[in-house]
Amino acid sequence: MAALICEVVYRGIFQKNLAARITRGIVLSARKSGRWGIAFGRYGDSPQRNGIPAKDFAIVADTKEELEQNMARYEPKHVDVTVVVDDTLSKGVESWAWYGLQPINKLTVPNGTVLMTSLQSYESLLKDIHKKDAPYKLALIRAKASFSGLWVYKEDHTEARILGALAKIAPSFLSLDGVSAAISEIEWGSDLKVSSAKKAYERLESREIKLTEGNSEIPYSFEMPKWWEMREGVTIPAIPVGKPKEDGKGYVPERNPYFKKYTTRTMRPVINFDTCVKCTLCWIQCPDSCFDVMPDGTYDANMEACCGCGVCEAVCPVENCVTMVNESVFEDNASQWEMWRKDKQKYQTWLGEKIGDKKTTVRSHGFRFRGQYEKELEKGFEDGGGEITAGIPGENAEHKKI
Amino acid sequence: MAVVTPAARAASSEEDKELLISGSEAVAEALALADLDVVTAYPIRPYDTVMQAIAKKISGGQLVAEYIVAEGEHSQFEIVKHASTVGARVFCGSSGVGWMYAMECLVVTPPLRVPMVCLVGNRALDDPGAFGVEHNDALVVRDVGWMLCWVDTAQEALDTTLIAYRVAEDRRVFLPLAISADGAFLTHSQALTMVPPKSKVDRFLPRYDRGDLLLHPDNPITVAPQANEDWVIEIRRQNNEAMARAVTVIEEAYADFRRVFGRGPENPWFEEYMADDADVILVGMGTISLSLKVAIREMRAKGKKVGLVRLRWFRPFPTEKLVASLSRAKAIGIIDRDYSFGSPFGSGVVANEIRAALYNSDRRPPLVSFICGLGGREVTLEDVYKAADMCYAAAAVGKSDSKTHWLGVRE
Repeated sequence: MAALICEVVYRGIFQKNLAARITRGIVLSARKSGRWGIAFGRYGDSPQRNGIPAKDFAIVADTKEELEQNMARYEPKHVDVTVVVDDTLSKGVESWAWYGLQPINKLTVPNGTVLMTSLQSYESLLKDIHKKDAPYKLALIRAKASFSGLWVYKEDHTEARILGALAKIAPSFLSLDGVSAAISEIEWGSDLKVSSAKKAYERLESREIKLTEGNSEIPYSFEMPKWWEMREGVTIPAIPVGKPKEDGKGYVPERNPYFKKYTTRTMRPVINFDTCVKCTLCWIQCPDSCFDVMPDGTYDANMEACCGCGVCEAVCPVENCVTMVNESVFEDNASQWEMWRKDKQKYQTWLGEKIGDKKTTVRSHGFRFRGQYEKELEKGFEDGGGEITAGIPGENAEHKKI
Repeated sequence: MAVVTPAARAASSEEDKELLISGSEAVAEALALADLDVVTAYPIRPYDTVMQAIAKKISGGQLVAEYIVAEGEHSQFEIVKHASTVGARVFCGSSGVGWMYAMECLVVTPPLRVPMVCLVGNRALDDPGAFGVEHNDALVVRDVGWMLCWVDTAQEALDTTLIAYRVAEDRRVFLPLAISADGAFLTHSQALTMVPPKSKVDRFLPRYDRGDLLLHPDNPITVAPQANEDWVIEIRRQNNEAMARAVTVIEEAYADFRRVFGRGPENPWFEEYMADDADVILVGMGTISLSLKVAIREMRAKGKKVGLVRLRWFRPFPTEKLVASLSRAKAIGIIDRDYSFGSPFGSGVVANEIRAALYNSDRRPPLVSFICGLGGREVTLEDVYKAADMCYAAAAVGKSDSKTHWLGVRE
């Protein structure tokens, strides 16, 4: 191995600065052992959109020529390490720039490593991560996803932890000394961060993943049309109008068959259809028109179209009717309304479990009250967990049960 | 879409009418005959003369069309672009820096495959603020998918406007087309012009059918979504193919024009004047042909076999036909009414294009390039004699002149 190629798969806006810091850190750490390197983003991604999957890359090599050899393409076609900084990305990613659903381990070379920040068990993650036709390693840093905003960065040491873990995974390129030196001398100048990197190095969990392990779903894909197959005039057909759901009742809009959007989601709404007052607000306000109108006049959030923005929860006037829950506790995109129609009692139990799951109700993006940032940091340094809240303190938190 | 008014009906017969009209008025006559739907206007000399002529046509009941006065050229071109996507036959135009102000709209028109027809009343670019002709204004869109042609007379302006709609609105093409007319020399000079009856035009020009690209509630489409690097080169390739197909469509249109109207050139691409046996062929675009033809006649009387090729179509560029014509000569002189500072040999745009076109030819006569008549400066017979002499000198040594000669400049 004369070169180390890493991709960082991240969430647009929330992790844009984090991803850039990680790839910079990789190059600067390898530079400590005389390596050459480059850190860059996939320009066609849209890292300026909330939650949309996007990629940054870092390549380090022994010589400038080897570096150029690996750089002479738009983006790497295979990587030694896939760094995933949010475990909900393990369901696969569909950015607006790569077509179809890409399994998270798609570019990882045989016997390469997927390095992920997660509080989930291997078994739970492997329900989401697609099967791969070669063995690879799944390495875990026990931490929740580090989310912040467009211009800011959350100082929770995630970048230092990733670098420490990489020193374990690829020691011939990134020595722990090199990482420590890069952190303290060049970039972030913090002894505390150096100790975070060392902790991650020591605590890194890793497991070989066999061919038989993983989600057996065939990822959605499509062929790019040739120039003469495309409509002329930079024109695409509009999405056709929708249809009533059943017996002329309800309404299900048609949606883009080529772009599903749901891998942008880090939280999803769960809906209590028994308390819904049919006010239409979620349906009107949803920026992605993801609500289907059901025959009984309630609204079912279609999980193929929902980006998980949380507007429905914010506008719903009924206590506990719409609640955003961490995406990682769901395994499919099945209709909640159908589940509710089939067995209302069972649905209430399911709803209670989802909302009541302490670990997963933690907001995966955004800050809900003053001081949450400090509380999360304090907790995060020790066990990677965060302050647990549901709802917005001062607004509706007192009505939200965990 | 226009209603046939009593005035229009009275005017229609099977006979052409002879009118004394300017190049701009000739274009307006053609627009009325073409049953234009939407026109936008914003004044700038010399293009404004066509705008006034259309307004008169509408107020006189000879044309029923939406006439929209925009607040600037940018809006002017945007409005017709949108009107064209919903199926309207549109016309627009400008001059000099006005055309430049519309640049953002000019570059989006070809990829959207909008068959907009425009008149560029050629005018020197500011600064200095000037009114006279230079071809640089229209030439700035030469690389982005606009069809470009130059006309020489009011008659040619009228005929070419009808041909322009036929070509641009052909489903195989769907590209914008700018007709260039030299400011003052053509836009403001009135000449005797034959105006055909509507019945003939109807036999030549079908209605505009945007087909599956029509923006209409019954054909729901999205036009111009954002695209990344995975799509752009395919879209450019589509544009390139449309421009290539335009060659056939232009030839068909001229052949049909001759059949219906009984006039018009056999060779759409360029006019040849005494070029068959010429030792020296001079090349130019637009009204410069007048000085050239007169000078050529004078030189022929003195035994110098000089000829003219007046280029009509610049995009698509008639590479093969032009090379076949020019390679017969012992020397070629290209007279540009434009400039391209810092270009190869400091030549104008036309000279550089022709030099490139000749590169693949087995026979490449010596080429001399000239820049002349900028800002509307008169091109004198002496200028032309001088140019011809330099071409003869190049023919004698059998070598191209690597210097570009500026004619008629005080030095």
